[in-house]
Amino acid sequence: MPASTTPTPAKKDKRQSKIGEIWRRLKVNKGAVAGLVVILLLTAMAVFAPYLAPYGPNKMSAGPRLSAPSMKHPLGTDSFGRDQLSRIIYGARISLYVGFIAVGIGAVFGGFIGAVVGYYGGKVDNILMRMMDVLLAVPQIILAIAIVGALGANLVNLMIAVGVSQIPRYARIVRASALSVRGQEFVEAAKAIGASDLRIIMENILPNCMAPIIVQSTLGVASAILSAAALSFLGLGIQPPAAEWGSMLSLGRQYMRNAPHLTFYPGLSIAVVVLALNIFGDGLRDALDPKLRQ
Amino acid sequence: MLRYIFRRIVFLIPVLIGVSILIFAIIRLAPGDPAETLLGPSATAQDLQELREQLGLNKSLVTQYFTFLTNTLKGDFGRSIRTNNPVLEELLDRFEPSLILALLSMTLAVAVGIPLGILAALRQNTWMDTLCNLAALLGFSLPGFWLGLMLMLLFSIMIPILPSSGYGAWQQLIMPTLVLSTNTMAVIARMTRSSMLEVVRQDYVRTAKAKGLSGRLILVRHILSNVLIPVVTVAGLHFGHMLGGVVITETVFSIPGVGRLIIDAIRFQDYPVVQGGILFFAFCLSLVNLGVDLIYALLDPRIKAQYRAG
Repeated sequence: MPASTTPTPAKKDKRQSKIGEIWRRLKVNKGAVAGLVVILLLTAMAVFAPYLAPYGPNKMSAGPRLSAPSMKHPLGTDSFGRDQLSRIIYGARISLYVGFIAVGIGAVFGGFIGAVVGYYGGKVDNILMRMMDVLLAVPQIILAIAIVGALGANLVNLMIAVGVSQIPRYARIVRASALSVRGQEFVEAAKAIGASDLRIIMENILPNCMAPIIVQSTLGVASAILSAAALSFLGLGIQPPAAEWGSMLSLGRQYMRNAPHLTFYPGLSIAVVVLALNIFGDGLRDALDPKLRQ
Repeated sequence: MLRYIFRRIVFLIPVLIGVSILIFAIIRLAPGDPAETLLGPSATAQDLQELREQLGLNKSLVTQYFTFLTNTLKGDFGRSIRTNNPVLEELLDRFEPSLILALLSMTLAVAVGIPLGILAALRQNTWMDTLCNLAALLGFSLPGFWLGLMLMLLFSIMIPILPSSGYGAWQQLIMPTLVLSTNTMAVIARMTRSSMLEVVRQDYVRTAKAKGLSGRLILVRHILSNVLIPVVTVAGLHFGHMLGGVVITETVFSIPGVGRLIIDAIRFQDYPVVQGGILFFAFCLSLVNLGVDLIYALLDPRIKAQYRAG
């Protein structure tokens, strides 16, 4: 899929037909489409949370605390008398936000590192990939725990911690693609017309690595949401009283005997988001790489 | 082969030194003064100063790092700020539950994941295949801490047949092992299935069939040995993920392992323990990866040949 460096109408048509082709392959996969629908619904739920939630996320009702699901509170109330359904709806905001920003951090830094080392090769490649080996030698969630533990537990640090721990996987993927692209003729052509290295990386190398980056990012959002929820569950992420699924679970855990709905629903929400992203990501990989499909 | 092993071990050293720099940097550049945390708000300036000197906190970061590195190489990880015991001793004390949990979970994941993947591939596009795929996706997506709490709810509260937490009796290991193995089991099953589907279509399998070998013989001699190569790699790579899971599982089930130790140490800003603990995990992970590479070389004669020649 060599792209010419000057935008021409032909290129645009080609790109559109490519997206169309990917969509045609994707929509055959019912699971992937279902996953996409769930993701879109959850995103809409997060965006329109103030209109959808029956109560405010931190509004304490005068009614009974730890009450079981009822007509008034479909998913019950927590130990402060807050409506759980509303908190779960608002919680989608934080989870999706953290997931996307963390992957953004990982993909931008990792992708750039991978493209640079793949393009230049040699010593730069050696040094940076050894640094990635170091990052990979520490289990991802433990690295994130160390970063949050050191910087302090809050939303921004959580996103940084999860994002940084995801850098190596993007660096590796993009590097592999960059290595295979850099020797090709259209890169040499770009060099011959005097394009700068930065321009070649941005216009020739990166667009050709997009397919694996997109697939990895989709799966990456799933794993970032899981890590962020795990950290919040451990008390090292989003702090109460914010409505976040992981910290809701950790609060509900103390009342598991009398109010099991407080641990069931937040965890179920995490599971649904992550499952939808994973199914969609899988389908996307198959659609982008027809070789893998039988 | 020996040369290969030797090279791989030498290669480990810079990575571990890198990890020690990384962990040291993350923890020391953090805001907050361990001396203040330790002595509490009532401490006088002089007390703080004395403690900083005692802990070596008043020296430059580079000096502190080299002291840390040389001590670590001698097997001295420093002393815990909280308990004043040597860090290495604390780590080794807590090592047994973590090791047992990880080994049991890996065994279960392999013992269930590989047959499941083979079954799914042999019955490709049947309901059994769909079911296996679905189960794998689910296992891959469920948050471990939630799964743990739900098992606890089911088997300790609603039908009280298993102890909800703690360590010591074998019953207390059942739920944590299930929780910790789920994710790896799913990954192994998926990898086995896709690797199997690929190998089945290879020419040498067709040749074996054409020679009239029995299905069982082809499966064992020609297919499985080739299927296992990527599966071993993935299982090894996933070991890091499992070590992360150890931290969470130990917290959920109150198991006194290394993971729990690290979490507690972070809360108390007990940085020698955090440093030692993470370095310990990185060391374990590197050793496992080394082991995986060696198994890999044993399983795949092409790799062995490469290093014999080189």
